[in-house]
Amino acid sequence: MEEFDGEPTVTWIPGVNSQKKQMCFDWGPGEMLVCETSFNKKEKPQMVASCPFIHIIRKDIDVYSKILRKLFNESHGIFVGLQRIEEELTGKSRKAQLVRVSKNYRSVIRACMEEMHQFAVADKDSASGRQFSSQVSILSAMELIWNLCEILFIEVAPAGPLLLYLLDWVRLHVCEVDNLSADVLGSENPSKHESFWSLVTTLVLQGRLDEARQMLSKEADANPASAGMCRVLGDLMRTMPVLSPGNTQTLTELELRWQHWHEECERHLQDGTFASSPRLESLCKVLLGDDAALLEQKELLSNWYHFLVTRLLYSQPTVKPMDLHLYAQSSLDLFLGGESSPEPLDNILMAAFEFDIHQVIKECSIALSNWWFVAHLTDLLDHCKLLQSHNLYFGSNMREFLLLEYASGLFAHHSLWQLGVDYCDHCPELGRVSLELHIERIPLTTEQKALKVLRVCEQRQMTEQVRSICKILAMKAVRNNRLGSALSWSIRAKDAAFATLVSDRFLRDYCERGCFSDLDLIDNLGPAMMLSDRLTFLGKYREFHRLYGEKRFVDAASLLLSLMTSQIAPRSFWMTLLTDALPLLEQKQVIFSAEQTYELLRCLEDLTSGKPLCGEPDAQQLQDDDIETTKVEMLRLALARNLARSIIKEGSLEGS
Amino acid sequence: MLLRQQQCSNFSSNQTGKCGVYKISKTRWRPLPPGSLQTAETFATGSWDNEENYVSLWSIGDFGNLDSDGGFEGDHQLLCSIKHHGDVMDLQFFDQERIVAASSTGCVTVFLHHPNNRTLSVSQQWTAAHYHTGPGSPSCSNAPCTGIVCNNPEIVTVGEDGRINLFRADHKEAVRTIDNADSSTLHAVTFLRTPEILTVNSIGQLKIWDFRQQGNEPTQILSLTGDRVPLHCVDRHPNQQHVVATGGQDGMLSIWDVRQGTMPVSLLKAHEAEMWEVHFHPSNPDHLFTCSEDGSLWHWDASTDGPEKSSLFHQGGRNSTFLSHSISNQANVHQSLISSWLSTDPAKDRIEITSLLPNRTLSVNSLDVLGPCLVCGTDAEAIYVTRQLFS
Repeated sequence: MEEFDGEPTVTWIPGVNSQKKQMCFDWGPGEMLVCETSFNKKEKPQMVASCPFIHIIRKDIDVYSKILRKLFNESHGIFVGLQRIEEELTGKSRKAQLVRVSKNYRSVIRACMEEMHQFAVADKDSASGRQFSSQVSILSAMELIWNLCEILFIEVAPAGPLLLYLLDWVRLHVCEVDNLSADVLGSENPSKHESFWSLVTTLVLQGRLDEARQMLSKEADANPASAGMCRVLGDLMRTMPVLSPGNTQTLTELELRWQHWHEECERHLQDGTFASSPRLESLCKVLLGDDAALLEQKELLSNWYHFLVTRLLYSQPTVKPMDLHLYAQSSLDLFLGGESSPEPLDNILMAAFEFDIHQVIKECSIALSNWWFVAHLTDLLDHCKLLQSHNLYFGSNMREFLLLEYASGLFAHHSLWQLGVDYCDHCPELGRVSLELHIERIPLTTEQKALKVLRVCEQRQMTEQVRSICKILAMKAVRNNRLGSALSWSIRAKDAAFATLVSDRFLRDYCERGCFSDLDLIDNLGPAMMLSDRLTFLGKYREFHRLYGEKRFVDAASLLLSLMTSQIAPRSFWMTLLTDALPLLEQKQVIFSAEQTYELLRCLEDLTSGKPLCGEPDAQQLQDDDIETTKVEMLRLALARNLARSIIKEGSLEGS
Repeated sequence: MLLRQQQCSNFSSNQTGKCGVYKISKTRWRPLPPGSLQTAETFATGSWDNEENYVSLWSIGDFGNLDSDGGFEGDHQLLCSIKHHGDVMDLQFFDQERIVAASSTGCVTVFLHHPNNRTLSVSQQWTAAHYHTGPGSPSCSNAPCTGIVCNNPEIVTVGEDGRINLFRADHKEAVRTIDNADSSTLHAVTFLRTPEILTVNSIGQLKIWDFRQQGNEPTQILSLTGDRVPLHCVDRHPNQQHVVATGGQDGMLSIWDVRQGTMPVSLLKAHEAEMWEVHFHPSNPDHLFTCSEDGSLWHWDASTDGPEKSSLFHQGGRNSTFLSHSISNQANVHQSLISSWLSTDPAKDRIEITSLLPNRTLSVNSLDVLGPCLVCGTDAEAIYVTRQLFS
């Protein structure tokens, strides 16, 4: 066992006093049940007012957020698409695909973030509004981390382009500058705007030098005294060598040119070109990547990773991926300056800069309140073939473990359970068993929902679950007196025992009411009739009635007899069958042949002789017996008469 | 192709905090006023399988400045929505203002739309229209109402309890109830000719009922042979009232001629899972639309005019396979009267099928067509609208 990475958090359950009362709990696949027990340590059973509730404790609370549903639904589609990416795709096209998938995930996060932001602004003061804005910051951190992982692990940018990606990353997440820029440019006299210089500095810090130069030209126009200095600084900005994507120059060339440029900046500073304007001088120091000058702009940098990227831009533009973590660590230390300790987000980003994927995922799992992020990120990184070697001491591997954790959260949700199915499908080792466990626990409120669950099971040949779902529905139908429905469900489940039970109910109802219900079903059983003996009997018995109704007496009679002689009819039903034979025996023409009559007699004797003698019969039973005896007498009489008639008829037929 | 529409793009002020889009069980266009030349612009949706379900009205009309992010043409906006107790099992417009909703609680509700103040309210309700009576249920327990059909002023409902109710909009009680009309679950209902209705059930039967007759026996039963495959949806040809299309659990499309035979005229292999809805195009009935649990939405084109037109639909589509034809020669029927759906010569009549949704994932539960517009709703909590079906 590994040790804990942190103290487990304590969840307080409202209304439960665990100091005074014993608690009991039970695990479910995605949630836990907790309630108070009446167990008391002291001898005297005192009735303290207790909490009458059973609490359901869920672990993945973000699943229940209404706005995040969009995130779950949309990312489900992306996830399924990612699993379909052809394995054969290799090299560039595969990488391009994976980067596109990663960008799709991020755009869904951003869409949710924007929506959530609107809500947060809409009701700023209420508790829910505050909750929304805290969600916004969590989503924004998620996107920040994802974006960095995309640059480092998926894009795998080499030295040179790496910095360009990192600059984009910072620009995307420190975006107040755009509002500020619009604000300043919109004012009557931009260079006199109170935020003018912080805007220029921010633009320089973000490496947006063209925009910064335009700003400086505005200052030069408004203030001729500093025009010369502005022009020199502007030229420095313009001539800074940068790697442009289409350019074929080598890194060495770039480094050389950059070195010259750097020396020129240095010279201007030494010569005191900007001595008369402290603002321009500090900008020049920024261009030189001077740590002290950069740290003076702490407010504008707002965080250490911005500091890191700016510092790299102006001191190490061709930083190698492998050296990133050195600069990252020193930037973090310098920026925090021992005043505060790093927060979870800092640790996650640092782990990413160290290329420690597992640490990133671990820290994210601890820090975030949902499994969505780690599950999808890990899956994507796994498709980049970055996680193969890592196995856990529980579950099968990290990807599967996290996906299944996320899926079990979805299954616990009353509505999102359908999404969970696909996640289980793409976990080769434990996905199937996990799905089996979850799918049985989905409440089946309507047949329509049951059909959807059944479809999931049938597509995956989960016969056991199909049986159990059909059985649940059949039971429900029986309880609601919907025998036809119950029979259909047990036929669908191929559940012979239950079909027998339902057939018995049909026969009992027939005996009580003297007519069949649900003829539309029983008349159309077809081959399904063979499912159980009792069902076969039900179908055949109904057929007898139909033949009788159609006055096809001879067919009816032989069917009736065969039901008894072939032992399909349950013995308890023989008396009814024999009684049904009475009207046939009483017909004008002879229907039962002599041989058939003998068979009938034998059945009757079997039935009466086999009857055990009970002890003291009560009045009711005596009366029943009385009716029974009369019936038997009548049958015997009818049989005897029929036998006589049939012998005569057969004899005379043969004689003639 | 349909574009993925942005969900919940707009929230009217009384809707804050409610998304309005959940898993969609039903989508329906609001009917246009008779003689109107407008195209469809308002549709209703119902949600299912959520703790709180909603009936919502949406507009695809041009909102100009309201559409702040300059979204797609045809972006739809939530007009209003109202909480609905239980899953919305079916949804039908009764007239321009009223919508009838069937609930999994057995309740049938008529909602009234007030266009001026953008609200929906309950105007009439029949609680426990569908219920079970049995030893297991204490007195009576509710049974889901599975289907509705409206023909002003009449509303017919069917349910899992195998019961058929006939309501009239101005009556508090059911005008007519057929208990135990079916031994299994009734899945859908449609008017054949007033006062005749047609129901489909979970053992593959079509039953025709005539409200003029007393008793609880259907006037006619038609069925698929053998397998008793449940039928989930039914639609009647808008002009030829004897032509009926049904969709089954195995995804098969069946075309029936209720005047003759008890078996379908043709069985067409269609979707890979339950076909949830089938609709003839109301004004262009050579076109048919189906949607399925397998996440697909198909356009069937049986019109025989112009090869250049069908080639347009051909891309991404495929030809259907006729599995069986059971109808005998109809020499006595004038040829022009035979619907293209009933003709039996597979060589002459090719049906072009086009898939309308690009990448399928979760079930498409419902669709509706009106003029050149189609709307459908899915379990992935998305609504798709297209306004150029025939372009």
